[in-house]
Amino acid sequence: MKKVTEGLKAVAESVALCRPDVISAYPITPQTHIVEELAQIVADGKLKCEFINVESEFSAASTVLGASAAGARAYTATSSQGLLLMMEVLYNMAGMRLPVVITDANRAVSAPINIWSDWQDAITVRDAGLIMMYAEDNQDCCDMHYQAFKIAEDPEVQLPVMVNMDGFILTHAFDPIDFPSQADIDKYLPKFKPLDFLSANNPRSFGLMGGPDRYLETRYAMAETFKSITPVILKAADDFKKMFGRYSGGMIEEYRMEDAETVLVSMGSTISDLKEAVDTMREKGKKIGVLKIRILRPYPAAEIKQALSRCKRVICVEKAISLGGPGILAAELKSAIYSNANKPEVSNFIIGLGGRDVKQDHIFELVEKAEKGVCETEFIGLDMKLVEEMDK
Amino acid sequence: MKEVRLHGRGGQGVVTAAELMASAAFFDGKETQAFPTFGSERMGAPVASFVRISEKKIRIRSQIYEPDYVIVQDPTLIGSVDVFAGLKQGGLILINTEKKPEELKLKPGFNVKTIPATKIAIEILGRPIPNTVMLGAFAGLTGLVTMDGIKKAMQQRFKAELVEKNMQAVERTFSMLKN
Repeated sequence: MKKVTEGLKAVAESVALCRPDVISAYPITPQTHIVEELAQIVADGKLKCEFINVESEFSAASTVLGASAAGARAYTATSSQGLLLMMEVLYNMAGMRLPVVITDANRAVSAPINIWSDWQDAITVRDAGLIMMYAEDNQDCCDMHYQAFKIAEDPEVQLPVMVNMDGFILTHAFDPIDFPSQADIDKYLPKFKPLDFLSANNPRSFGLMGGPDRYLETRYAMAETFKSITPVILKAADDFKKMFGRYSGGMIEEYRMEDAETVLVSMGSTISDLKEAVDTMREKGKKIGVLKIRILRPYPAAEIKQALSRCKRVICVEKAISLGGPGILAAELKSAIYSNANKPEVSNFIIGLGGRDVKQDHIFELVEKAEKGVCETEFIGLDMKLVEEMDK
Repeated sequence: MKEVRLHGRGGQGVVTAAELMASAAFFDGKETQAFPTFGSERMGAPVASFVRISEKKIRIRSQIYEPDYVIVQDPTLIGSVDVFAGLKQGGLILINTEKKPEELKLKPGFNVKTIPATKIAIEILGRPIPNTVMLGAFAGLTGLVTMDGIKKAMQQRFKAELVEKNMQAVERTFSMLKN
């Protein structure tokens, strides 16, 4: 059924359709409506599920870790500081190969306190061993959740998946969303069959000591798994299309790149704004396109290398920053295209931090700047008067 | 694409009004998007919400800077909030007040319409929540959403009893301001 729904409520409904056995989460803006709505769905008896209230995100993550280890389909959602509080547990989840699904409503990190959107929170857990998906719009985000459980629980994968949605921009927007029926989702996503789980009948432990004699091999096994996840992600989307008629998938997506000399690269909802700007620039004769990074982990290096083999200029548009370091998307992208015979110049811009609105003019401005010469971690949309005041 | 900005105070249902308008447009067969001003939901505080309605899929996610239409649910905001900001010349602004447009002494160049929405809300709904009353007036004035769309949107969002009363209010103001 298709209806206009708020992004967070749409996610809650989608998650409910996936029939999680255990949900535990702690409310934090801008993610709160997901857990409120799921708590309501469970309280109304519409979903048979243990909703476990906790006092912090550390406990929420620990609870779903434990539930998943006991063989339950487990889910949690968070944002910003909440995600950072979960961080230690996230590494454990990945290391214990537990297929928890986590939604992160992407939000800036303090200080200063800021509840608005950017990507800094999730970027800080990039190396924890999670599969990381970035939604462009709310339909994409809902479809990602159905697929996320399937990917996470695949016997070849057995890893946590994080679905990222831009805080407020997506979480609080009302859009028409197409929801599958429960019967169809039950077919697409059968009951979770864990390979291994904690049981009183077969006592054992997860996450024990792995000393110098075996830690290296454990990490090697995880690294090898990450190399083989791409086909699972692609298949989840293909199967989804077969059942529901729409394709919500791919590691990357190319938009108007056929003859593009300049390619804008980004993630999340920013992609929609870039596509809009590209259409305008195309009308004026500029050969420009957009490359969407849909899956950040496993990093689609081969796909990016191929997609950027023809263009002259790449512009990374980033909503997070590695302070004192290179542009986060740009650095990874450069390493992906390093062995290409044709190396485009790579610029990168920091934009929209802490919820600063990304206007179409900002996009035109950064393209113009990059055309004049390579730009490195250059900020767009700064209020220079405020910058000077802060300097004093 | 048409863009609408709604002004009000926290508690007056400004976000719900935007949601209903978007949902009505969806039932009318249009593409649509609605969103609130982010992070300022406090009772009594000035809030705004936004709606985009289009024949084509809506991609843009930036805020609305040059609306085609403005709805002001609380006239006490005028003066402290620039409700005209970015409104196109000749653009329509619908204000909840018992006064006539000329009595408001607003800056010229805009198509100002007024509706005593709070009064009508108290009369029909028994509560001073003007959002659905104004939605009816807006639909009558602009034709941007239909009565049928509004009804379906309400049926999806509210309980049957609330739908009946609110539709009564919508029908009244729709015909009051229908062009």
